Amino acid sequence: MTSFAAALDHPRTSAPAYDLARVRADFPILSTEVRGRPLVYLDNAASTQKPRAVTEAIARCYGEYYANVERGVHTLSQRSTEARERARETVRRFLNAPSAQEVIFLRGVTEAINLVAASWGRKNVGPGDEILITGLEHHSNIVPWVMLCEERGAVLKAAPLDDRGEVRLDEFERLLSPRTRIAAFAHVSNSLGTINPVREMTALAHRAGAVVLVDGAQAAPHLPVDVQALGCDFYTFSGHKVYGPSGIGALWGRQELLAAMPPWQGGGGMIHTVTFEKITYAPPPHRFEAGTPFIEGAIGLAAALDYVGALGPAAISAWEAELLALAAERLSEVPGLTFVGTAREKAAVLSFTMAGIHPHDVGTILDAEGIAVRAGHHCAQPVMERFKVPATTRASFGLYNTPAEVEALAAGLHRAREMFGGTAG
Amino acid sequence: MNELRDLYQEVILDHNRRPRNFGPLPAANHRAEGHNPLCGDRVTVLLDMADGRIRDVAFQGAGCAISTASASLMTEALKGRTVEEVREIFNGFHGLVTTGEGEGSPELGKLAVFGGVREFPMRVKCATLAWHTLLAALEQKDQPVSTE
Repeated sequence: MTSFAAALDHPRTSAPAYDLARVRADFPILSTEVRGRPLVYLDNAASTQKPRAVTEAIARCYGEYYANVERGVHTLSQRSTEARERARETVRRFLNAPSAQEVIFLRGVTEAINLVAASWGRKNVGPGDEILITGLEHHSNIVPWVMLCEERGAVLKAAPLDDRGEVRLDEFERLLSPRTRIAAFAHVSNSLGTINPVREMTALAHRAGAVVLVDGAQAAPHLPVDVQALGCDFYTFSGHKVYGPSGIGALWGRQELLAAMPPWQGGGGMIHTVTFEKITYAPPPHRFEAGTPFIEGAIGLAAALDYVGALGPAAISAWEAELLALAAERLSEVPGLTFVGTAREKAAVLSFTMAGIHPHDVGTILDAEGIAVRAGHHCAQPVMERFKVPATTRASFGLYNTPAEVEALAAGLHRAREMFGGTAG
Repeated sequence: MNELRDLYQEVILDHNRRPRNFGPLPAANHRAEGHNPLCGDRVTVLLDMADGRIRDVAFQGAGCAISTASASLMTEALKGRTVEEVREIFNGFHGLVTTGEGEGSPELGKLAVFGGVREFPMRVKCATLAWHTLLAALEQKDQPVSTE
């Protein structure tokens, strides 16, 4: 696997501006202990830890200006409303979207994809139409489309992966047809770390006349995102994976698409006028935000995006690439370890198996040393099937991880190897 | 690290490497499949029952060391036992891995090696999967296994 480490071909010197010690000091949980050992948190693809900037922004909202939004004439309501709308503008800037009115606050990627499937999908997908996804999708970008296809009599297709865990672009192109109504795919794979060539895939899908949705859950924490450069029609990400609160995320969609989409959930805040006979709906984004929203969540999310923005997504990306290269090198020295997913373009996610040791046992052995990794199918069972493994162990890195933590992971895996002995199994 | 040694005792590692009573059981007249959707572990328990006793038992499947060793040691503990005795052993085992109740009880025999599991609550399901599957197999009506 050394060729994989070499193939990553990233610079091995960090940007001088990246002050790791200061970054770590911003995250109180990183100085805690687990099972008597300093926490080594390598489960960032599942969820990330929160900097003080986020918890303090939420505390300020509760402590200084909290009230319901969009509903009152009183001062606090106005201040909360303004703070939430500023958060919408922060999301717009993070995605380089043309307008904040195209940004919808939702619970996260899962809810966003369900919204597009239910609202845009029911209106635009009919019997015999096709939806194209890929073999590396998270269940949240599979199940809503399967449900839509069952309801509408449409057909779901999935572009297969090659042995590196990259989407086969020739197959992706071949599977696009005049019947393809939407192509929905991840920017970055949660289980393998593969970075998809989104711009190229979007261009191919558009040429076939399809609309494009990009699941950015794993991209937002690792890469600079620019929806205008990508050219897609919908882009979604979750707050908790980018150092913000859980239960808040955003969907960006092109104005002309959103404007033509029917409401998804009905309730307060999403209407214009209501009588028992007739309802007129608010324009986007409020049309899709029924009910009292997660106000403090949006404010916390904006604080997280400001935090990431101040460090610089490109600097974060470069630092994580260094960690990934080091981890690929160190883990390739562990006897019996096989990487699952060796894409040429890869975010800081390493999935692997160990001969004779089930991922759950690896996870428990590492946990006893204070190291948190994910063991399982990562909500991507088709990926596990593709690589003929029931599960993998996944180490995923974030902006606060250190080379010493990579060494701790490697040492833990060597110890697991010793404990289980040989390569039996 | 001591907790870890308690969990992965040598007996458990040995049964993981060389599971006993692993494979088909052509004479089986009871069977059940168990699945832990959280981790993907699968186990099939096969029983050859006669006169209310387990004459023979085997298991198949794939899982972690805890679930594999648990299934393997379970099969060793079951042979020749009546249904009533099996339920008692199960209750003792379940107490051991959840609350520690009954620890040190001679009734448990070799199953006592699972005493370390309760320090790892996320792994209790791994240790009990084969046992729950066994109970499902016992409840199944006497009938020949149609496929193998």
